[in-house]
Amino acid sequence: MSAATDYLLHLADNALVLGQRNAEWCGHGPILEEDIALANVSLDLIGQARLLYQLVAALKGGDCTEDKLAYFRDTHEFRNYTLVELPHHGPLSSYAKASLDYATTIVRNFLYSAMMALLWEALEKSADADLPAIAAKSLKEVRYHLRHSRDWLVRLGDGTDESHARTQAALDHLLPYSQEFWAGSPAESAAIAAGIGVDPNALKSDWDTIVDAALAEATLQRPPLGGYVPEGKQGIHSEHLGYLLAEMQSLARAHPNGVW
Amino acid sequence: MSATVEEVWAALEDLADPEIPVISLRELGILREVRAAADGLEVVITPTYSGCPAMGQIEDDLRSTLEKAGIAARIVTRLAPAWTTDWMTESGKEKLRAYGIAPPHATPAAGSVVRFIANPATAVAVPCPRCGSANTLETSHFGSTACKALYRCQDCLEPFDYFKPY
Repeated sequence: MSAATDYLLHLADNALVLGQRNAEWCGHGPILEEDIALANVSLDLIGQARLLYQLVAALKGGDCTEDKLAYFRDTHEFRNYTLVELPHHGPLSSYAKASLDYATTIVRNFLYSAMMALLWEALEKSADADLPAIAAKSLKEVRYHLRHSRDWLVRLGDGTDESHARTQAALDHLLPYSQEFWAGSPAESAAIAAGIGVDPNALKSDWDTIVDAALAEATLQRPPLGGYVPEGKQGIHSEHLGYLLAEMQSLARAHPNGVW
Repeated sequence: MSATVEEVWAALEDLADPEIPVISLRELGILREVRAAADGLEVVITPTYSGCPAMGQIEDDLRSTLEKAGIAARIVTRLAPAWTTDWMTESGKEKLRAYGIAPPHATPAAGSVVRFIANPATAVAVPCPRCGSANTLETSHFGSTACKALYRCQDCLEPFDYFKPY
């Protein structure tokens, strides 16, 4: 695989997996407006994933299609950040269940949207022939996602004792996963060397500025980092991705080549 | 004998958006260009939101309209420059308003992401499409479709959709 396809798959898998996760709120939103908002965000993310998968399929040629990339790859072939595959609740392992927690959803969407807004903005200048066009579209969309999640982060953090405690807990749980944004990977290094990708560390101070300003307004404390740095973008995932993919891929795998 | 560019435009001119049927694809700025390529006619469209479910329907509608008119033309999707609500025609915006959807304002100058998110409180008044009052309130960033936000008029109390600048 070329530098471009590996890197594009990383971007596409992020969008698809978070799109699928957020879609779990469809019909279960805390209020009708948020149910609709999360479905809209999911649609944008899945749309971005499709554009990227179509591009990868065209680069790989042969009988590769966007559906094959989305539905017929397994956990270790996915290149998304571990952050986006985690369930909508605090740390529990494998199939242990907890209620969907909107604070977790909002904190994750905020951390990811802040990263992607900066990354798409930088990728508008990518040397790839097609990526700048996708970046320009995605940037328009992720700005709305960032504003939406930031507004809710402030509302929940600076809200009631209960909403504050849950949002702080979600931040304590999720912020360490953001360390993966800055840890390199061979695919990223190759894409950066080819002028296709962007060095995430060039975006870190802007990301910190956005995050710190929002946390201050939300009266939330930034937890200390350290510990394990996830390697989802290298195909090493938490146990949660397998369950997500099993649900997402089962229909396509039960009816391969099905058309409707 | 093959059709001319003008004949293709004539066939597609009034083709309506499947989601908001009062406005045409041309007025929305989705139908960008008809051109004669070396190997036949091309109809160029630019998709709106990445995940807009109407895009598949729009392609189908274009294809069947061309077929009915007996015109052979290829449909080409062009991503860059990205679709923007600034491409919507004035007559299109007026039709939206008459239909009860507040038309989009001009998109704000593209500042950096950091600047954009640091200044969240630059809300522009969205006049109510029913009574014209500027005393309106955003109730949700996201509406019935990805392209719209939900508003409520505080004077006539009408809830309405606002087509977001994109």
